[in-house]
Amino acid sequence: MQLYLPIAEVSVNAILLLGLGGLVGLLSGMFGVGGGFLITPLLFLVGIPPAVAVATSANQIVASSFSAVLAHLRRRTVDIPMGLVLLAGGLVGSALGIGIFNALRARGQVDLLVTLSYVVFLGSVGSLMLWEALRTTLRERAGAPPQRRRHFWVHALPLKMRFRVSGLYISVIPPVVVGVAVGILSAIMGVGGGFILVPAMIYLLGMPTRVVVGTSTFQIIFVTAFSTLLHAITNGTVDILLALLLIVGGVIGAQAGARLGTRLRPERLRLLLALLVLAVCAQLALSLLLPPADPYSLDTGR
Amino acid sequence: MRRLALVLLLLLCALPAAAERIVLGLSEDQVALTATFDGRDILIFGAVRREEGPPPEAAPLNVIVTVSGPMRPLTVRRAERRFGIWINASAVRVDQAPSFYAVATTRPLSEILSDTEDLRHSISIPRAIRAVGNEVIDRDSYIEALIRIRTEEGSYQMLEGGVTFTEQTLFRTRVTLPATLTEGRYATRIFLTREGAVVDTFETAISVRKVGIERWLFNLSRREPVQYGVLALLIALAAGWAASAAFQALRG
Repeated sequence: MQLYLPIAEVSVNAILLLGLGGLVGLLSGMFGVGGGFLITPLLFLVGIPPAVAVATSANQIVASSFSAVLAHLRRRTVDIPMGLVLLAGGLVGSALGIGIFNALRARGQVDLLVTLSYVVFLGSVGSLMLWEALRTTLRERAGAPPQRRRHFWVHALPLKMRFRVSGLYISVIPPVVVGVAVGILSAIMGVGGGFILVPAMIYLLGMPTRVVVGTSTFQIIFVTAFSTLLHAITNGTVDILLALLLIVGGVIGAQAGARLGTRLRPERLRLLLALLVLAVCAQLALSLLLPPADPYSLDTGR
Repeated sequence: MRRLALVLLLLLCALPAAAERIVLGLSEDQVALTATFDGRDILIFGAVRREEGPPPEAAPLNVIVTVSGPMRPLTVRRAERRFGIWINASAVRVDQAPSFYAVATTRPLSEILSDTEDLRHSISIPRAIRAVGNEVIDRDSYIEALIRIRTEEGSYQMLEGGVTFTEQTLFRTRVTLPATLTEGRYATRIFLTREGAVVDTFETAISVRKVGIERWLFNLSRREPVQYGVLALLIALAAGWAASAAFQALRG
């Protein structure tokens, strides 16, 4: 069934889009990530103009993370003060990111920026996760006890604040900086930034794993909502119809994914996710390294 | 077909007399971009009306039909290898290029249209594109690339021999509008040529516009971007809440 998208101005198969949303939802349900880092490149492949893909993914993530955060709030696994501190940085980052995005769009380098960001971030996060997952698996085989958290250099910074749910007493500077970085990524890459935020919260801020996913999802809602709004206002590139299809597919997929996820062991899950992230990264890296099928491309300003 | 001929006959009678003139019909002059729009065939048909028979010694007539979408500016970029990766290195700005362009003819264009007449009426695809580019030297290769890419995606069509011309009087052709269509006025021109020269021209338009929800959403996104953005967020939040509530109910 073909569907004509009013903003993207292309006709695409609605079932295909539902399936895409479903697939990404499945993965996000299994691994607890937003899935924006997968949906944006997949939308490029289907023929959605990059600017529309990035803006619409941000809109879709608002829906999936809102749905997820409601579940986390019921389980009381959201550190709201920490979320708000991250958010303060996130909004600044998002505005900065839109500025960078539009400046590069005018020069025709936005595709390069988006692809490069994906390669760099997916590559580093994927390798880190793979390393971590392999090490845990190996250590468990060897029968050694899991390592205790050490004291971080970040604990020496000023402007300390108490975060009760996380059981932390740390400076607000690191969370704000992390927030800014994730905000920029959200605007440029059309992602929530969970795949950066989650490791940063665990390894950099030393937050307990229990509250990490809920808190990151909480702040992602606001950052992606802000990005969506800015994209809609400055570029008019949010396609509601496209977003709706992705949301419907994604919601169904996420529930199926959550069921599947409980049957797998956490280390195994992390290992799979790491491999998936690295595969997407390799695919994008190849597109930069290999000569394109046609060196010429058309830019109609969309 | 018989009904078509009858319509043409009536048209023929209704028009004032002239030497050799075009009388035209369109299968539709409105194309609605609805949610389920998936491209459409437009039938363009007409007849040549004459006072008396064709001049005895005269060469045969030929017909050229062009359909042109709204003119838009665009940029053609060229990727080059820099620092080991492929990036957009140079660009040519094209002032006006039709978003859609189809040329249908009775015989190969070069045989039935002289260069001077092509220049005057901007009939062939390269002539329909107006470009000024001083950023790079070989800008022709950029225009060629523009035509090549648009031809591959079906936006530019060269249909030589696509017009059926019976008895030097009745002609018809079919133009396929692709699924990716820009809104606007699609200028439709018919040229009657003899020995490379244009004998008569006729111009009309097909109007392509979004309708219903498509139109409403598009207009809102352009005229009230803030409201549109807020609407997008509200829909997302509502969908997120509905999903959460529905699955909680299912589990409970």
